[in-house]
Amino acid sequence: MTAMQILAPELDFLPLPGALAATRVEVTQMQLLGLCQAVRDNGGRLVSLWGEDLRREHGGFRLCTALQYGLSLAIAELPLRADAPTYADLSAIFPSAARLQRATYDLLGLRALGGDARPWLRHAAWPADVFPLRHDAAAAPPSAVEPPPSAYPFVRVTGDGVHEIPVGPVHAGTIEPGHFRFSVVGEKVLRLEERLGYVHKGIEKRFEQMSASDGARLAARVSGDSAVAFSWAYAMAVEAITATTPPARAQVLRGVLLECERLANHLGDLGALGNDAGLAFGLAQFSRLKEDLLRVNAALWAQRYPMDAIVPGGLREDLRAPPSALTSVLHAIADELLRLREIYDNHAGLQDRFMGAGTVSCELAMQLGIVGMAARASGQPQDWRNEFPVPPYDAVDLRPALRTQGDVAARVAVRFEEALASIALCLQWLAALPEGGVSTPLGAAREGELGIGGVEGWRGPVFVALRLDESGRVRRCHPHDPSWHNWPALEHAIIDNIVPDFPLINKSFNLSYSGHDL
Amino acid sequence: MWRLLRQIRRVGLVSEAAPAAEAAPLLNALQEKIRRVFGHALAIRHVDAGSCNGCELEIHALGNPYYNLEGAGIRFVASPRHADALLVTGPVSRHMAEALRRTYDATPDPKIVIAVGDCAACGGVFGTGYATIGRVADVIPVDATVSGCPPTPLALLQGILQAVNTPRAGTS
Repeated sequence: MTAMQILAPELDFLPLPGALAATRVEVTQMQLLGLCQAVRDNGGRLVSLWGEDLRREHGGFRLCTALQYGLSLAIAELPLRADAPTYADLSAIFPSAARLQRATYDLLGLRALGGDARPWLRHAAWPADVFPLRHDAAAAPPSAVEPPPSAYPFVRVTGDGVHEIPVGPVHAGTIEPGHFRFSVVGEKVLRLEERLGYVHKGIEKRFEQMSASDGARLAARVSGDSAVAFSWAYAMAVEAITATTPPARAQVLRGVLLECERLANHLGDLGALGNDAGLAFGLAQFSRLKEDLLRVNAALWAQRYPMDAIVPGGLREDLRAPPSALTSVLHAIADELLRLREIYDNHAGLQDRFMGAGTVSCELAMQLGIVGMAARASGQPQDWRNEFPVPPYDAVDLRPALRTQGDVAARVAVRFEEALASIALCLQWLAALPEGGVSTPLGAAREGELGIGGVEGWRGPVFVALRLDESGRVRRCHPHDPSWHNWPALEHAIIDNIVPDFPLINKSFNLSYSGHDL
Repeated sequence: MWRLLRQIRRVGLVSEAAPAAEAAPLLNALQEKIRRVFGHALAIRHVDAGSCNGCELEIHALGNPYYNLEGAGIRFVASPRHADALLVTGPVSRHMAEALRRTYDATPDPKIVIAVGDCAACGGVFGTGYATIGRVADVIPVDATVSGCPPTPLALLQGILQAVNTPRAGTS
C-alpha cells in the first residue's frame, strides 16, 4: 500500500509500469478535489497538470494531475465531457496550478471554473476559439496573416508615486525572452507580474506522430540547459511503455551525464552571479571551469552539450574516450571550487549583495509549492534523486544540500554544495563503471498505455508523461519543466527589493523560458 | 583580497591555450575586417526569437577567457540602437516575430544579421507550425547563418567573420 493510498483509501490506485515508481487512478470531480486537498494538507505537492483529447477513443477529454506525497507519486485522471470540458479550479489548493490551468485552456480548451481566465501561453498566434492540441486542429498556422499583439490585462498597482517599468520580451543580456512588469515606488519594487509564452513553439503538437526515437531529439530540446534531464525522462517514459530496461552501464553513464549537466549549469550561474554583483573575476573563473567541462564532454560524447547522448533503450553510443579524461577534469574543478567558494564567502562586497536579497521564506516556499534547488535553499528537503531513486541513484547515499534563509546567498551556497556533490557522485560511478553494452532494443509498445519518466534536473524535477499509438508513434507527450512552480516564487522574491537587484535575484533562480513556454 | 589576487596569478592567462591558438588566425583576420568596415569595435545585440536556450549557452561561452571575444574587438550590447550586428537564435516563434522585427528596425544601418543555430537557419527540430514561423530569413533579411545544434564557439566566430566579409546590397 502506497502512502497515497492511505490518504485516499476509497480510490483504486493502479501501479504504472517503469523505473519511476508511480500509480494512476481515475477520479470524479469531487474525488480529485478531495485527493488534492489531502495531499496538500499532508505536505505533498502538485508535480504537473495537463490535458488530453480522447474524443476519438472515449468520446471526451481528460484532465491529468501528477501529485506527489512523500515517496509516492500518483497520476489522477479526471474524464471530461466533449461538449462541456470544465472542471473545478485547483489553484486555491495548489497556487502553481493557476498557470498550468490557463495553459491547458489555451492549448486544449479545458476550462477551470472559477480560476484566472486570462490567456497564458496564447498571445496572438492563434485565435481564442482554436485549441491547437485538439486532434481536429490543424498543425499548420490557423491564418496566414498574423494578428497584432494582443493587449494583456496586467494587474495595476495604484497610489502616490507608483509607476510601472515594462521590461522585455527582448532583454538586455544574452538570455531568453519574457516580459516583466514592475510596479515601483522610487527604486523599491511593490509588485512584479510576469508575462511568458513568447517562445511557445508548439512542442506538444510537434511530438504527435513522431516516432519514439525522433521524439527523443525533440525532448532534448525542450530546454537546452536541461537536455540530459528531459531526454532521460522521455527515454524512461518510452522504456516504461515498451517494458525495456537499459543495460547497467547505460544507467550509470546516464547518472554521470545528468550530474555533469548539473555541474555545468551551477558553474555557469555561480560565475554569472558574481558578475551580477560586480565581481567580474567570478565570471572569468567559473566560465573557464565550465569550458573545461564542456570540452571533456565533446571528447566523451562528441557534443559539448550532450543533447543526443540518451536515447530510449540506453545511450546512443559508448564513451569515445577513457573515463579518466573526465575524472582528471572533475578533480581539478573540485579543487578550484573549494578555493573559489572561500573567495566568495570572504568577499564582503559580494556577500553584502547576496545576503537578504530575494528572500523566499520556508513558509512561503511550502505554500507556493516551489521545487528543486530553490526549494532546498528555502528549507524544503526535497530531491527526486532521493525520493524516486531510479538507477543509478538507488545505490548512492545523497544528502540534500539544505539552507533555510531562502535568499540569493542561500541559493549560491546550495549550488556550491551540489556542484561538489555531483563531482563526488561522478567519481564514485566512474571508479566502478559496469562493463557491457549501452543499449537494449525496445520491446513492443503497449498501445495507449501511460508511461511516465522523471529525474531531478539541476533546477528540480523534470517530468514526462507519454502515450504511444499502436505503431509506436507518439500520441501524446507532455514534458514538464520545474520552472512552472518557481516562476511565481520569483514574483514574491523581488517584493521590497530594489530594481537593480532583479538581475541578481533572477539569476539565482535562473528559470527556464523555453521549458515553460513549450 | 589577497586570495583573489593569488587565484588570478595562479590561473594566469588561459587565452593562450591550445584551442584558442586554433582560433587565433581567425580572430586576427576578424579584428582587421571589423576595423575596416565599422571603424570601431563590433557591437552585437543578441535576440532569442524562440530558441531552446542551447545557442545562448554557446554565445555565452564566446566571452569566456579561452575565446576572449572582447579581445578581438567584439562586444555584446544591451540595446539594438548601439548594435552593428544582430545575432538571432531560434526558430522564430509567432509570439516573438513582432519583437524581432522591431529590434531589427531599431538597429541603425549599416547592420548585419547572423542567424545562429540549425533552428534559425532552417527551423531545426521545431520546423514550422501553428506557433513557429521557422527560419529567421522568413522574418528579417539575413546575411549569414551558422549551423549546429548548438553551434560551437569556434563555429560562431567563423559565422561572424563570414558575415563581416559578406557585402550587403544597400549598405557600404
